Amino acid sequence: MTEPLIYDYSSPGRAGITMPQPDVPLASFADLPNGLVRDPQTLDLPEVSQLDVVRHFTHLSALNHSIDKGFYPLGSCTMKYNPRINEETARLPGFAFSHPMQDPLTAQGNLALMYQLQEWLKEIGGFAAVTLQPAAGAHGEFTGILMMRAYHLDRGDAARKKILIPNSAHGTNPASTTMSGLEVVELPSDSRGNIDLEALRQACGPDVVGLMITNPNTLGLFEEHIEDVVKLVHGCGGLIYGDGANMNAMVGIARPGDLGFDVLHYNLHKTFSTPHGGGGPGSGPVGVSERLADFLPAPLVAIVEDGDDDEPPLYGFITPKKTIGRMKAFHGQFGMHVRAYTYMRVHGAEGLRENSEVAVLNANYLLAKLKGAYYLPYDRVCKHEFVLEGHWADAPDVHALDISKRLMDYGIHPPTNYFPLIVKEALMIEPTETESKETLDQFAEVMLTIAKEAHESPQVLKTAPHVTPVARLDEVRAAKELVLCCRPLPEWAE
Amino acid sequence: MSYIPHTDADRKAMLAAIGVKSTDEFFADVPASVRFPDLDLPGPLSEPETMRELQELAGSNAHTGEFSCFLGAGAYNHFVPSIVNQMIMRGEFFTAYTPYQPEVSQGTLQAIYEYQSMICALTGMEASNASHYDGATSLAEAAVMAINHFRLKRKKIILSPLVHPHYRAVLRTYTQGMGLNIVGDDQLDLTLSDLVPLMDTDTAMVVAPYPDFLGGVEDLKPIADAAHGVGALLCVVANPVALGLLTPPGALGADMVVGEGQPLGIPISFGGPYLGFFATKKEYVRKMAGRLVGETVDASGKKGYVLTLATREQHIRREKATSNICTNQGLMAIAATVYLSTLGRNGLRQVAEVCYHRAHYAADRIGELSGYTVLRDRPFFHEFVVRCPRPVADINAELLDEYGIIGGYDLGQDYAHLDQHMLLAVTEMNMPDDIDDLANALEEIAKQ
Repeated sequence: MTEPLIYDYSSPGRAGITMPQPDVPLASFADLPNGLVRDPQTLDLPEVSQLDVVRHFTHLSALNHSIDKGFYPLGSCTMKYNPRINEETARLPGFAFSHPMQDPLTAQGNLALMYQLQEWLKEIGGFAAVTLQPAAGAHGEFTGILMMRAYHLDRGDAARKKILIPNSAHGTNPASTTMSGLEVVELPSDSRGNIDLEALRQACGPDVVGLMITNPNTLGLFEEHIEDVVKLVHGCGGLIYGDGANMNAMVGIARPGDLGFDVLHYNLHKTFSTPHGGGGPGSGPVGVSERLADFLPAPLVAIVEDGDDDEPPLYGFITPKKTIGRMKAFHGQFGMHVRAYTYMRVHGAEGLRENSEVAVLNANYLLAKLKGAYYLPYDRVCKHEFVLEGHWADAPDVHALDISKRLMDYGIHPPTNYFPLIVKEALMIEPTETESKETLDQFAEVMLTIAKEAHESPQVLKTAPHVTPVARLDEVRAAKELVLCCRPLPEWAE
Repeated sequence: MSYIPHTDADRKAMLAAIGVKSTDEFFADVPASVRFPDLDLPGPLSEPETMRELQELAGSNAHTGEFSCFLGAGAYNHFVPSIVNQMIMRGEFFTAYTPYQPEVSQGTLQAIYEYQSMICALTGMEASNASHYDGATSLAEAAVMAINHFRLKRKKIILSPLVHPHYRAVLRTYTQGMGLNIVGDDQLDLTLSDLVPLMDTDTAMVVAPYPDFLGGVEDLKPIADAAHGVGALLCVVANPVALGLLTPPGALGADMVVGEGQPLGIPISFGGPYLGFFATKKEYVRKMAGRLVGETVDASGKKGYVLTLATREQHIRREKATSNICTNQGLMAIAATVYLSTLGRNGLRQVAEVCYHRAHYAADRIGELSGYTVLRDRPFFHEFVVRCPRPVADINAELLDEYGIIGGYDLGQDYAHLDQHMLLAVTEMNMPDDIDDLANALEEIAKQ
């Protein structure tokens, strides 16, 4: 099953919509600099009917797996149900049609919502201040690292250049560090999946900006020596950055700020149910401890005039004293803020904590069901996710990739594979709290069947998937031939 | 209330299967001193109550559904065809993840491939990535790319002061750890030709807007030639709707074209989520940040699409990656693709022309008013500058309160020499009657 390109439906003269005709005295294009009026022939867009567009994108959508279609146990991505009420509130005209540059006095509803969301995220993480500006998790990381750097420079301590990062960390951690002009020092993990304390002790020194830590980590394990880790890093003058990708295990369980974290980014698109959209938009607010609050990106929402019984407070934008600057135009991914606000409002504190508890319950339930048939390299109680090895010594031809592809034949999205890097043939499984026992049982059943197939008929796995719109794709060819655009090159290109 | 499906019986059975008595046991490794904090959050609401609260918040904003709006300044009130929302509301698109598993993500991948193709067509460039967070971060990524292209040997970036003030700010924030020399916008009244003497062999990138923040359109050829003369790259910050009418930057010598894709079918939504587009020449593709979709074939020879050149990216290259970018604005890119497909070649041209004509009509009407002067020293697209007889904030307050009009942007906030100057944007959403109403209102306000 494939779908032609939208350009393949194109026929000169067709149009998908009626737009206004020029209806005022026509201005002359001759006012524009010579040669700057485009030859319409170079505007190479398709000419199709509206029904063509609807059918085309409906056909395309049918080629996707999605949470709406089936189980999506993609580790570290928190593919939970995306509540429909969020979609409706984000599209309320007062939100969707308000302009980012309009006078804040005329957008008090938006500012009130952003202020509340900042306050709730402060409370959930145990932080002194929160910015909603970062557009995604990696963007939040970058924001946090820039603030840590600015904090040390502000103290006149320019010698600090190193960011310590455990080898289980997500690749964005080292990449964000490099973008900030700092150096990465990788830390090994111990046999229980924790940061190796001895290695950390040796790495801590007067050149350390801070440590980036994901807790629970990408193995789904809570850092057993977290208090020691924080003490060591703070002891050498460093700061603690928390990667909040795994916050779905922690809301109402423990506050990173209480553990001594100085910075943390939240992924609203993971923990707080805003949709992933096939790769964005996300939203990555950042919370900070008191000593970093002055460095937050500008602007923040604040109460600029207190309210009373009759009048609500007046909200406005403020600039923190030592701000690192602006991370994004305007005010962040506002539509995502509305969705997360809606989600928190529906849940309250108890509901949010219950989500974390059940996310962890579901993961441990699957772990209990699967650990006999698959090797579990770190055999501990997990949090919201866990990592299995997708390989058996007595079925040497079968790899994690084959298991992943075979899962598609059963209508299930594969787990995250080959990550974290410290487990070979990793399969990282995160069920989330919105999946029922029946779904989990069915998944476990399928995983056990696949383990059996791996030993009895490995070829079925090696050639999987069999029932998807396309079979395995030639990624080497894609990178080598590099066809990124379906249209002929413009004539001015060499 | 929650979306958890478990019954008490389910929970019991699951806890028993694991061999624990309660979920509390899962958290024994969390230090007791911080475990299970009482969170001070408002209590849960039912869905109807939640909806009511959100409606009240939304309802307290002035918005373009209710008022006529002449505010632009980087976010433009265009018509969003109903089909756009209907398509991106399909759960198969919006509840999917990044298409790492291509066999079950062909819908997203092909839509992004089509998006890349349309961005190339629009900008006149050879390669587009799958998008960035917004126009400002696209520009910042262009700067990082230019610096990496010259292997950190060139450290200067020349920035027109007429690039959007937020974009210039973001570029500075992004590069603060890189030791760059960013010049050009330290004097806010420099023109493009004033930037030429700043160029030298330390210059990695020159940034020119098209149209600029004040709506003006200048020929890019001279600055492209000057930049190339010193071996630097030219990055053009473009408005995609303007490219329906204007010669594409690719034909004028741009090496990168970036910008805000919001005008392509994305609601203004108080500033986000938007869409940063990024296009360049094929020779620079391996230095570019962000996701890329490429065409290939499957095991049976059938055409298909995959994310490609992942070896540039953080999940493979870690600290050596071209950027820390992980996500793009996938759903917004699909929205823009639906928009561009629906309007097509003629529709986009028509929208651009209507914007142009109506903006010029508005400038003519306002230019006739006593007390107001339209700055017409340079040609413009759909945004122009008016010198006002009173402070812009006062005029805007009256426009909103007395006439139900959201007025223009107060340029004095960013450009000291443009105090008491208003930036007005006109699109196909501003009907001729609305423009007349604005002119009449401004005339009356001037008399007071």
